[in-house]
Amino acid sequence: MSFFEVKHLSKSFGGVQAVNDLTFEVNKGEIFSIIGPNGAGKSTVFNCINGLYRPEQGKIVFNDKNLCKLRPDQIAQEGVARTFQNLELFKYMSTLDNILLGRHLKMKAGLLGVLGLNIKNSRAAKEEIKHRRKAEEIIEFLELEASRERPVFSLSYGKQKLVELARALAMEPNLLLLDEPAAGLNNEERQDMVYWIKDIRDEFDITVVIIEHNMQLVKDISDRILAINFGKKIAEGVVQEVMQNSEVKRAYLGEAID
Amino acid sequence: MIGQLIINSIVAGSIYALMALAMSIIYKASEIPNFAQGEMAMVSTYITFVMLHFMGFPFLLALIGTLVFAFILGFLFEFVFIRRAKDPTLLGYIIITLGFQMILYGLAAWKWGSDQRTFNLPFSESKLIYESDAFVLTEHNLASIVIAIIVMSLLYLLLKKTKLGLAMKASQLNSKAARFNGIPTNRIVGISFGISAVVGAVAGILVAPISTLDPGMMWDPLMKGFAAAVLGGLKSLPGVVFGAFLLAIIENLFGFYISLEFKSIVSFAIIIIVLYMKPSGLFEKHYVRKV
Repeated sequence: MSFFEVKHLSKSFGGVQAVNDLTFEVNKGEIFSIIGPNGAGKSTVFNCINGLYRPEQGKIVFNDKNLCKLRPDQIAQEGVARTFQNLELFKYMSTLDNILLGRHLKMKAGLLGVLGLNIKNSRAAKEEIKHRRKAEEIIEFLELEASRERPVFSLSYGKQKLVELARALAMEPNLLLLDEPAAGLNNEERQDMVYWIKDIRDEFDITVVIIEHNMQLVKDISDRILAINFGKKIAEGVVQEVMQNSEVKRAYLGEAID
Repeated sequence: MIGQLIINSIVAGSIYALMALAMSIIYKASEIPNFAQGEMAMVSTYITFVMLHFMGFPFLLALIGTLVFAFILGFLFEFVFIRRAKDPTLLGYIIITLGFQMILYGLAAWKWGSDQRTFNLPFSESKLIYESDAFVLTEHNLASIVIAIIVMSLLYLLLKKTKLGLAMKASQLNSKAARFNGIPTNRIVGISFGISAVVGAVAGILVAPISTLDPGMMWDPLMKGFAAAVLGGLKSLPGVVFGAFLLAIIENLFGFYISLEFKSIVSFAIIIIVLYMKPSGLFEKHYVRKV
């Protein structure tokens, strides 16, 4: 029984078969990349895992549960966090508030906690301190100190991507899905991203699944790679294996003309 | 006389503020201007009336029963009518709320008749608790102000200090991101409708003794509340409250010094002026998009 499994997943939009009978597994503690040309169905796979789309066929098994039967918020509660290709942030909130919102699932204090809010050492106060401390830890880890109080929309694109990553980490997920984490970043930022993603796996013990177009980043970071085209698996394995695969080359470079 | 005008303004402002808050809560959660708000409050007020006069409940029990009823009514309205709409536009939503308003109006007229009834609360609108040359204050006046303050404080605590409030804010700002952070956004919108209906019901109970209890009783408070909300900026709760009191003051001063006949037109004039000058309202934060 592997950590995370996708079995015979199919999803179509009208006549377009976006994902076609796709099966793969991710092991615990892996950094697993999904590559493929534009329109290969990578994001559709993520959206199925997250519950944004309902696949027509197949199962996605995590924690012994079929994620295809759950709502997005329930999937988040199972410990699956994600970032987006086109950022989905709470733009007018500060960096800190965005991260604290990622703690939402872990918060317990309801209306009753409110009444004890000013009492030192009350349950609510202790909880608040705990969440703030965790948020500060993440801010320190991703070096976001300078952006802490600034509204997110005023930050640079690279920083916004980090805030989204920070919010996902705040959920303390077991599985982290990153949709094009390096898109739109400059070289230096991309290097940092590689380093952070590896650290996330090593220090926080989080299994990471990545969709990425930047081959250098994929090579630097991945334990294993899945290549798809037209919604179908064309190769799966360790980096060298997949990069050497003739079908992968053809998908990326086109058919050779004799 | 000016003292009495101020008292009248504060009392009217309290009721407008409750209606405006009710509209604003739903608008913040879903961007829908809910024109069924008034009729939802009216039906809730009838429920209080039935419990007080036909079933002989004590006031407090009738009040609690009404608030529970209002919450369920609001939640079900969202669950049954709003959520079912497929690929809805704003216009579609507005038509749904207008349709629901007509359903409620028709139901109330059929069940309880459209005659105007008197509705009495434990705090009378004719008994004076303070009297001087400057102004008089009735029990109902004082109760309206106190109750409005209590409702506003509870709302503040709920929205600012609880997990539910945080979830509501997150859903409003980016519902997709909220869902992936584990917030059941559909349920949050439903709860917003419920809370809004509760606030509206309180307004209805306060309005009925000073006007009459009949199916059309909430039309005027609704339009005033809507004007106040537009004035303050539909999405800013403190702005909406400020707008309500400002509207009440302008209206009362206009009614006394200029023309009593045209008093109720003031609110519509204000809607038009605000839409011309500052469409997002006096208080709404206006962000300029960075390109």
